[in-house]
Amino acid sequence: MKFGVVTFPGSNCDYDAYAAVKLIGEDVEFLWHQSDDLKGSDVIILPGGFSYGDYLRSGAIARFSPIMKSVIKFANEGGLVIGICNGFQVLVESGLLPGALMRNEHLRFSCKYIHLRVENTAGPFTNECRPGEILKIPIAHKDGNYYNFQGDLEKLKAGKQILFRYCDKDGNITPESNPNGSMYNIAGITNEKGNIVGMMPHPERAVEEVLGSADGLKVFLSIRKYIMERVGVEKP
Amino acid sequence: MKNKKAVVYVRLKDGVLDPQGITIQRAISNMGYDMVKSVRSGRFFELEVEANDGGIERKVEEICGKLLANPVIENYQVEFEK
Repeated sequence: MKFGVVTFPGSNCDYDAYAAVKLIGEDVEFLWHQSDDLKGSDVIILPGGFSYGDYLRSGAIARFSPIMKSVIKFANEGGLVIGICNGFQVLVESGLLPGALMRNEHLRFSCKYIHLRVENTAGPFTNECRPGEILKIPIAHKDGNYYNFQGDLEKLKAGKQILFRYCDKDGNITPESNPNGSMYNIAGITNEKGNIVGMMPHPERAVEEVLGSADGLKVFLSIRKYIMERVGVEKP
Repeated sequence: MKNKKAVVYVRLKDGVLDPQGITIQRAISNMGYDMVKSVRSGRFFELEVEANDGGIERKVEEICGKLLANPVIENYQVEFEK
């Protein structure tokens, strides 16, 4: 199985994502933003960073790059896509995920470990987690304040599209544990079909205890498990 | 070929929180200008457009909706200079 990591000008977590995939022993290749070739990837990672300098709005310019045309097609055909931080911003700007990521309520760049509660363990990105499991994973962003219309927020809840919410270390969803002002403490969501996920926290930065936490590995292991099972089903 | 200038204003929709505007309002208030009750921030763009290109109004609208503004949170307004 192959992971493809997209590199935009200004991406800075592409090597971390690459290293995280290597750590679980799977194939991984970089995908250059000017190319439209996904190189046969089974899953696409849109990494963190500041694509195109975050000009205009975070993720707004990246959306129109040649590689994103292929990623959007791949995603609409059911391919697995995970957008982390700036990658999440690219996914909402592309319309692949609903809502918008606005400036943090406190206007500061926030870089620290936070806790997340896993709200749905059915899909490809969290099947290695227990329901309600608490993950310790870092954030590093200035535009992570998730916003949506009230009606669309209700749709997200009803569709079980909310994957991660900011919580305290015991799993309580509190205003104090919300690092950026996101609605409903939202840290990560999926599309309706569940094959596209966007999350502000960085699982690729929490894959070894020496980094402070290895909880992020569960996201990568979940993807692997999902693809292995899918391949198992497809094979005669 | 004569170029025409299009000016695009992008604003946050009503009801969308503008922390930047709130912070600017506080600074104004700290300066002693108590009469400013609220500030909403936005952006504007100037586009030089070839005037004899057919349907420039529609095309500039498209550019606004697809790129210059994020329709989820922002409204835009286009003015062509005479």
